[in-house]
This record gives sequence, C-alpha cells and structure tokens, in this order.
Amino acid sequence: MTCSEFLKELTDYLDGAMDAQTKAELEDHLQWCHNCFVVCNTTKMTIEIYRESHLYELPDDLRGKLRTAILSRCKCSGESKGES
Amino acid sequence: MPTIQPKVEEPAGDELRLVHAAKAGDISAFEELVKRYDRNVFRIANHITQNREDAEDVVQDAFLKAYQNLANFQEQSKFYTWLVRIAVNEALMRLRRRRPERMVSLDEDIKTEEDSMPREVADWAPNPEQLYSQGELKEILGKTIQGLPPSFRTVFVLRDVEGLSTEETADALDLSIPAVKSRLLRARLQLRERLSKYFKNRVGGDGKQ
Repeated sequence: MTCSEFLKELTDYLDGAMDAQTKAELEDHLQWCHNCFVVCNTTKMTIEIYRESHLYELPDDLRGKLRTAILSRCKCSGESKGES
Repeated sequence: MPTIQPKVEEPAGDELRLVHAAKAGDISAFEELVKRYDRNVFRIANHITQNREDAEDVVQDAFLKAYQNLANFQEQSKFYTWLVRIAVNEALMRLRRRRPERMVSLDEDIKTEEDSMPREVADWAPNPEQLYSQGELKEILGKTIQGLPPSFRTVFVLRDVEGLSTEETADALDLSIPAVKSRLLRARLQLRERLSKYFKNRVGGDGKQ
C-alpha cells in the first residue's frame, strides 16, 4: 500500500467504516510508515479538538431571547394562517 | 488506533410524539423540539456563516420555517436531519448575501486533490489544547475553520462536530455519499495541516514559544 492509497482510506479508517482486510492492510502500512502514522494521529486529534472545543456555544440569555422570538413568530404565523 | 465515535445519541423515542403533537398545533410540543436542537442549529449556523448576527437570524428563521412546513415533513428521515437541511440552506443564503462577489455553493469543488496532501508531518504535543488558554484555543480553532471553503466546513461541522452519520449528512446536504466522504477527507486534512503550526511538538521545533 502506498501513502496516497492510505490517505484515500483515512476517513473510513478513522470512522471505523471498513472491512477487516482493508483495516489490516492500513494498520500494516501504519506499522512502518511514520509519516502516515503522524498524519493519521494528528487528524484524529483535529477532530477530537473541534468536537470538544465548545466553539459557538449558545449563551443562556441569548437562548431565552431567541426561543421567545421563535415562539412568538410561530404563533403569529399560525394565527395569520387561521385567518386566511 | 481507536476510531472516532459519533457524538450525537439516537433521539429519544418521544421525538415522533412531539412532532405529531406539533403538527396538530400544540405549540408547547414544538417548543420542546426548539429546546432540544437550538444549540445545534446555532453552532451549525455560526460555522457556516462565520457571523454571530447571521447565526441568530438563521436559528429563528430555520425554526419558523420548520414550524410552517411541518405538514410537509414526511418522517422518512429524523426530524433533526430535516431541520438541519433547512438551517444549512438558510445559512448558505445569508452567506451568499454577505459575499455576493463570490459564488457560494455546496457543489463547489474548487481545488484539486493537491490542496489536501499533507506537507507538515511533525508530530503534535501530547495534549495540544493545553498549550493555550481556553480563549486562545477558541480563537485558533475559529480562525482555522474560517479558512476552509464553505462546502468543506459545512460537511465537517455536520459529520465531525455534530456527529451526523455520512448518510444523514448526505441527506441533509443533498449530496452523494462519495461527495460527502471526499469533502470530509479534504476538510479534515486541511484543518490538520493548518493546526499543525500551533500544536506541533515544541521540543526542538519552532512552535509557539
């Protein structure tokens, strides 16, 4: 297996979405190719860092404000539909 | 190497009951659905638009549209996937308004495979997130993902941040499964490449001093 072949399979490998034979071939490649091992490991870390980053969390006060606005717009839209 | 596990759990079995009640006009049932997914929609909208005010508008407009179109929800997919599809469309529309000079499309496939080939292969520090304060880390992550094309960061946020499956992501974005996989791979590799300069092992390296 070449490094570009490994890279093509990287997403399925990290997601655990592959058959046992392909997985074994990829892991064999990882045994001896340090560069692919680093790329694989740091890509996994990239995903985990974003997943755990709490980037763009919705603050409670804004959450309340948005919910009130959404429900009031929904009620208005329901009423205007009822009238028509 | 252990695989990445999906973050989002299966929705509670009462979701369909809430959808049916909301369809019958029960606004409190719809409020429950808003409470369940408003944080997710806000995150997705922020990732796509990269603008907080736009994200707030997207949250409002997406839920309003969902409410108005509940009768058209066929229940063939999860309510959440259907809602995400609405939210993504709203977010892309706002992005197009802000950047009329640039075509914004989920179909864009602007560069060749070359752009994702790893160039930086230095290993990272064992706990890279601890190299920075919480505020610094958020700034780095925000700035880095902002640099990705919208079509890549949309797939990344749905698959890797929100934990949708490949099939659900394809369904929400109206893309084929190979298209989702290709964008996801390139998004992951490009983010990895850009984060390497902040997180690489500093022993003998030239990372942050």
